[in-house]
Amino acid sequence: MIVFLIKRLFNAVMVMLVVALMAFMIFRFVGDPIQLMVNEQTTQAEKDALRQSLGLNDPFPVQYARFVAHAVQGDFGVSYRNQQDVMSLIAERFPATFELVLVATIISLVVGVPLGVVTAIHRGRWFSEGLQFLSIIGVSLPSFVIGILLILVFAVMLNIAPSFGRGDVVAIGWWTTGFLTPSGRAALVLPSIALSFYQITLVMRLVRAEMLEVLRSDFVKFARARGIPAWRIHYRHALRNCLMPVVTMTAMNVGSLIAFALITETVFQWPGMGLLFLQAVTFVDIPVMAAYLCIVSFIFVALNTLVDITYALIDPRLRAARS
Amino acid sequence: MTEPPVLDVRNLRVDFPGRHGTVTALSEVSLAIRPGEILGVVGESGAGKSMTGLAVQGLLEPPGHVAGGEVWLNGRRIDHLSNREMEKIRGREIGAIFQDPLTSLNPLFSVGAQLVETIRLHLGLGRADARRRAVELLTEVGIPAPEERVDHYPHQFSGGMRQRVVIALALAARPRLIIADEPTTALDVSIQAQITALLRRLCDDHGTAVMLVTHDMGVIAETADRVAVMYAGRLVEIGPVAEVIARPRHPYTRGLMGSIPALGARVARLAQIDGSMPRLDAIPPGCSFNPRCPQVMARCRTERPGLTPAGAGLAACWLAQEEALA
Repeated sequence: MIVFLIKRLFNAVMVMLVVALMAFMIFRFVGDPIQLMVNEQTTQAEKDALRQSLGLNDPFPVQYARFVAHAVQGDFGVSYRNQQDVMSLIAERFPATFELVLVATIISLVVGVPLGVVTAIHRGRWFSEGLQFLSIIGVSLPSFVIGILLILVFAVMLNIAPSFGRGDVVAIGWWTTGFLTPSGRAALVLPSIALSFYQITLVMRLVRAEMLEVLRSDFVKFARARGIPAWRIHYRHALRNCLMPVVTMTAMNVGSLIAFALITETVFQWPGMGLLFLQAVTFVDIPVMAAYLCIVSFIFVALNTLVDITYALIDPRLRAARS
Repeated sequence: MTEPPVLDVRNLRVDFPGRHGTVTALSEVSLAIRPGEILGVVGESGAGKSMTGLAVQGLLEPPGHVAGGEVWLNGRRIDHLSNREMEKIRGREIGAIFQDPLTSLNPLFSVGAQLVETIRLHLGLGRADARRRAVELLTEVGIPAPEERVDHYPHQFSGGMRQRVVIALALAARPRLIIADEPTTALDVSIQAQITALLRRLCDDHGTAVMLVTHDMGVIAETADRVAVMYAGRLVEIGPVAEVIARPRHPYTRGLMGSIPALGARVARLAQIDGSMPRLDAIPPGCSFNPRCPQVMARCRTERPGLTPAGAGLAACWLAQEEALA
């Protein structure tokens, strides 16, 4: 198990180094950084001096090593657009996105998994087929439509939930959380539902397909022949055998939601990373984009490593093969 | 032979309603198993051997259902019970052994966890007591170092050892009836003998009745006390093993016996029964074996023979009836 962990960590570090290389190349070669930093009156001599002092004349590997060393310490330089430290810009936005994605993911699992099990067990019954049909709508409706509909019904017509912003937040160190205030929690409701809608249907369909497969297996029949009650067979024996793809998909979704919850964040004016990224792209704010690339990749790599470890926790066969 | 049977199946009929009409998978199946007795059930694939076992356990896949006849277990009629009531009987009064030990255990739970689950469910023991019982069961089915093995996962056992675990699971609540569906088919020949010997020993030690479903006449000859031969969803012959093997009354049984190689006998080619078993929705009128029967008579094509005494057992054959009367 320990050997396995070390191997996984080594892989993760390698992936991150490659990503950092790409981020660095964007940073270094998309346009001339000096040109972007100075104004028109600067003389060539001053430019050369600046180039020298920033180390841009050093050989490529040296510059890359310096970039990685800074990035590891969370230093991605200064945003071109508003001269703020890139890392503090992201740190300001990250908690908003993370909390939104966390709540949306929990909703999608808590609702999606039981729905998947129920529709698999009662395949062919009207409510099961009905849910299956509804889920197609869920998968095909774009999230901004769902967001706007939710705002229309619950914020405008019924006026029971706020339609934009994060509400009041409480700062814990550099992290800001909306979980601790009533308005913060209320503000989370609509966007997290909008974001989870698609996930629910995806989780439900995946669990249903896996369950149908597992319910046909011999060990389920044997469990019935041993007199194990049906609910226990479904929720303990069969469901656990369906979990691996669900874990994989959930982790990948968390990653892409954090990176690209953009549309939902825009609809609900959520002050998250999506909005920050959109602005960075519009203004060709390369340090922000490079930092964003690194952080998003880091999240994906971390989630993937977590998934591999979870696999081993779920399935004893993988534990044996890897130890 | 005066003890009441553990399992008494009377005139059992199983139907599968389908889009193109109802298919009758089993009809007029009657058999009884007494305590300590092993009844072998043989036949080709699709003859209804496994179906009989599933029907007794109430595990028929819908839309299949018991459409007639009765199943009595320990003096209680069970064929009309609900699934919830059958859950209390399965495992507790009927133990099951499946064909493929590689797939009948849940790969994600240790064998101990699966044993403890079954034991606690049926015997209501505490966790520690159930675990102790699990170790006892593993010892009983001949698993070495059971104290240690109880925490292992199915993939850490060989095929033969896994089948022993499956048997331990079937024995968990000391059922009076065990239905073993092809318990040795997926195993090596050397392991097969060990498993059948284990079944025989358990049956003798505890007076358990065993329904041993197999297509392997050799396994039946070694293990069973009586044998029931099935063909196209019906019983064609039933009787004591030695008698049926030495003097099969039904031509189909004779055909089955002819296809077993005998040690020392020099034959160029094993006898085989020509043709194949009819599909269940295309069973010919009269005796269902008549198109393949080497001794077919005019009567066989129109009238279906019932089970009548023949030798020490029963056979469903006009020829056997004539011989019995003669």
